[in-house]
Amino acid sequence: MEVTAVAREIREFVTRSLGTTVGDDEDYFELGLVNSLFAIELIAFVERGYAFTVEVDDLDRDNFRTVSRLAAFVVAKCAC
Amino acid sequence: MRVLSVEALGADFAAAVREEATGWDRRGALPAEMARALGANGLLGADLPRAHGGLDAGAAALGELCAHLGGVCSALRGLVTVQGMVSAALLRWGTPAQRDRWLPALARGTRIAGFAVTEEGAGTDLAVATTTISRAGTGFELTGRKRWVTFGQVADVFLVSGLVDGEHTTVLVEADRPGVWREPVTGQLGMRAAQLAHLRFDAVSVPAENLVAPPGFGLSHVVATALDHGRFTVGWGCVGMAEACLREATGHVVNRRQGGVSLAEHQVVRGLLGRAAVDTAAARELCRRAARLRAAGDPEAVVGTVAAKYAAARAAAEVAGSAVQVLGAAGCAPESRPGRFFRDAKVMEIIEGSAQVCELTVAEDLLRRHGYSTAGAR
Repeated sequence: MEVTAVAREIREFVTRSLGTTVGDDEDYFELGLVNSLFAIELIAFVERGYAFTVEVDDLDRDNFRTVSRLAAFVVAKCAC
Repeated sequence: MRVLSVEALGADFAAAVREEATGWDRRGALPAEMARALGANGLLGADLPRAHGGLDAGAAALGELCAHLGGVCSALRGLVTVQGMVSAALLRWGTPAQRDRWLPALARGTRIAGFAVTEEGAGTDLAVATTTISRAGTGFELTGRKRWVTFGQVADVFLVSGLVDGEHTTVLVEADRPGVWREPVTGQLGMRAAQLAHLRFDAVSVPAENLVAPPGFGLSHVVATALDHGRFTVGWGCVGMAEACLREATGHVVNRRQGGVSLAEHQVVRGLLGRAAVDTAAARELCRRAARLRAAGDPEAVVGTVAAKYAAARAAAEVAGSAVQVLGAAGCAPESRPGRFFRDAKVMEIIEGSAQVCELTVAEDLLRRHGYSTAGAR
């Protein structure tokens, strides 16, 4: 799986979910762009889109806080 | 032996206890054996995998089960809801040891769970909670107060939210730990058999292995997962309430004559029934849609569930009110089921996201789709 393609799909989802464009390295949690439902919606999106399960051990903010980091996390998980 | 579906099991169970529920509400408690009776059929963890003591039921089957139970007793459905909420959180974010210890016991009803999140100053806005979970030795020490805990009077374990170093976190707290105090709540508007309690945690020692998810993920992931599951089962319970009220109202209208004229002859009565029937059917379809979204793992399932819960709670409140109206004095009688559901339904419009919060959530979702950032709004 190619990280730039994954990043593009995640970027589209995040943009749609937040109603605003975010840069690949912008921390949408830190910027206060998310509502209380977003965290589990984001997990549902990557789980369904890339057919893997986010485990409790994956709960590291660094995996989810930006488009780039999430794309890297998805690619790493799928390569397992 | 024929294996019954989850829905059929739920229908049978509901039918068997239908006439007892009024007494439960009056006494303010479910019979002590009720949890094990539901659990013996697997109905307290129907959607859990079989490996964890569940029946592997899908979202739709879980929903139908809650509709059957909700049509009989909100507290009984509430027991399925709270066990399901805590189980969903542990299934998703618990450790293997936490799952092994609690999930089969919760599914079988040999243990009862409480969801202790709401505080005096933190209801709709859970982020302002003040309960502290301090690091102490190899584990933690919990201090704080929680309110309105469903089955808090009898729960064996609580999933409690609090702050570790200022970060929202969740821990499992066994009820028999020193420093856990319960204050029973009685006589509240609705769900009177749900054995509510306010809780006080007074420097309660909690081992490190009771932490659920890392600090910082308690509200956004653990509590969010539990509440999402709770909204789904509450919504379906409301569908059951609305359907039961519609049946009673229609049955009464057909059989009742005043001044030599059947109530069914009155256009105002027909109009009321027509509205109630449409509200009820609409609520059921929105709950079915939520079930489909959940089964598909769709990210839209969260908001879809909020919408379903909102519509179903509103339908239950409206239809119960209409049923009481049509039944007249009989609807106001102590043993009236629509009267009981009228009280319960109002509670459903408040818990697991009040009607007003649900409206905002759905609206924000809509606005974001149109490119309007609702940042900072909850």
